[in-house]
Amino acid sequence: MAAARTMFEKIWQRHVVVDRDDGYTLLYIDRHLMHDGSAAGFAKLRERNMKLRRPDRGFATPDHYVRSDSRDVADIADPHHRKLVEAIRTNTAESGVTLFDLGDERQGIAHVVGPEQGVTQPGLTLVCGDSHTSTHGALGALAFGIGSSEVAHVMATQCLWQRKPRAMRISVDGELGEGVTAKDVILAIIARIGTAGAVGHVIEYAGSAIRGLSIEGRLTVCNMSIEAGGKAGMVAPDDTTIAYLEGRPFAPKSAEWDKAVAFWRTVPSDEGAVFDRDVSLDAASIAPMVTWGTSPEDALSITGRIPEPSTAPDAAKKDSMKRALDYMGLVPGTPLEQVPVDRVFIGSCTNSRIEDLRAAAKVAKGRKVVIPSWVVAGSGLVKKQAEAEGLDRIFRDAGFEWREPGCSMCVGMNGDTGKPQQRIASTSNRNFIGRQGPGVRTHLLSPAMAVAAAVSGHFADVRKLA
Amino acid sequence: MEAFTTLDAVAIPIDQPNLDTDQIIPARFLGKPRDMQVGALFHDLRYTPDKAPRPEFVTNMPAYAGAKIVVAERNFACGSSRENAVTVMVDNGLRAFIAPSFGDIFFNNCFQNGALPIRVDAARAGELRRLLHASPGARIRIDLAAQTVTGPDGKIDRFEIDSFRKDCLLKGADEVSLTLSYDKDIKAFEARQRQEMSWL
Repeated sequence: MAAARTMFEKIWQRHVVVDRDDGYTLLYIDRHLMHDGSAAGFAKLRERNMKLRRPDRGFATPDHYVRSDSRDVADIADPHHRKLVEAIRTNTAESGVTLFDLGDERQGIAHVVGPEQGVTQPGLTLVCGDSHTSTHGALGALAFGIGSSEVAHVMATQCLWQRKPRAMRISVDGELGEGVTAKDVILAIIARIGTAGAVGHVIEYAGSAIRGLSIEGRLTVCNMSIEAGGKAGMVAPDDTTIAYLEGRPFAPKSAEWDKAVAFWRTVPSDEGAVFDRDVSLDAASIAPMVTWGTSPEDALSITGRIPEPSTAPDAAKKDSMKRALDYMGLVPGTPLEQVPVDRVFIGSCTNSRIEDLRAAAKVAKGRKVVIPSWVVAGSGLVKKQAEAEGLDRIFRDAGFEWREPGCSMCVGMNGDTGKPQQRIASTSNRNFIGRQGPGVRTHLLSPAMAVAAAVSGHFADVRKLA
Repeated sequence: MEAFTTLDAVAIPIDQPNLDTDQIIPARFLGKPRDMQVGALFHDLRYTPDKAPRPEFVTNMPAYAGAKIVVAERNFACGSSRENAVTVMVDNGLRAFIAPSFGDIFFNNCFQNGALPIRVDAARAGELRRLLHASPGARIRIDLAAQTVTGPDGKIDRFEIDSFRKDCLLKGADEVSLTLSYDKDIKAFEARQRQEMSWL
């Protein structure tokens, strides 16, 4: 009998083109997602006078540099940024890559669009020149981010040289409490293993609490695998995955659908498969989370207090906590619920899908924001769906701005940034120094918790607002 | 791509763990052409919000001028996949990075730009940083063929590197050309996949 294999091992083996004696593998890439930042890859390809090997495997959408208040490229003020958004048109037109452009309701954040269109599927390898490509692992794909040279390499060869990473399983078992979401789960995981906790590993998220998540929730969890240092994150495909994919534009149809489903059923890890590392968490112990520092691992339960550097395990950690608290303008010992917030951002490839907006709207309904607050849907289709459900009305009535799809204030490359010292409650994935603009203080949390902050003017426990 | 063989140069110590690529080059500089990004290296660490140089930051200290090596803390250059984090350092002369661990994507991006990331144990990385702080402008020598790092104290450490990456760096070889030499294998894979996964 063949040895039990992990899902990662199965997908890896199925995509080996060449195994070299020196430990390097030429791995075939099934899907390549591109965005406005991929212009560098096209430029490198052009320098070599080469064409895309498999334009049929490429899908593109502008997201990083697009405005969240206009769909007109001409409105992009910075000429360099405008050129990048224009370049995706000419590059995809010349090469034959499928484009979901501004003005097309299918446009959005690449990591929202891929699953939504059925481009992302179980058992595939998928790359994109963006670190949050790990998101797509939620459907049981091996998906990871690459730099622009590797983007050009995939364009030219549809392959990548890789050294095989190790496999890690993170199991979350039990029932999630009321008001606890996928975002809280992944923040709790990162707080537990640290921001370098999964370096060199592909994470498989397992356990009953993960299986109980919708695809949207799984996408949120896998999205932040990179914040735990992981190369990729994945969840085994199951009935939930198959039901999600059925009928999506780029999912297989009729006889091919049956063939694909039969294959997808073979993708999950075998019983008894051995992982290089195993970590487990109790779902019931996870509370709504908020980050306090400048690394995603600096996450606390909303019931917690800003930590004391004196409790740090060593001098280096103490020093880095002090620096983080100084940047964040926080006093140790302060209850999180007493920390005032200046601004709220709901969006990003972590939390801008329809389920995120429903959860946010549920809390926003009948309440009023007391600070400037934005909702930026992940794609035109998410926005349309939310409007069909009347969620936009709820948000607008509560005083939120209802904006156009893109990465927006998660990374601020389109100019959507905060002001120095502004404290932003954000559903995005990185609270790095300056991430949302120089001097801006970012706190990561779930969409429901972001609304709780928006209507309270300070961090608040969404469970008390119910 | 420029080959990497040996490097004997001034090294700068960077003590913060988990120094992310947003700190190496903030996002607002990424959309500009490469030659306009050169001044963005460590921008918000080097300058105050009103653009005054922070004298305490290493790259602002004259003694470290001409540095070509960085000695960093664990999980150096984690976060965003921006290859600009490598190119902006290379364009500022920095071509070798010594740390206990690296962000995975940055690590791979280095090899695409003739730069060498070297993993050494945390204790030795800490010791090297202390030496560099104690004698600003001290030099480190790296010999890729021999896989050694010689510290300012004369102590020699051997480091591990995949022979594949090592060969490419030593020759300044381009990966795309290498991959194209396997074109027959890629075609065979594609033919097989058309049979097995016909829905793609």
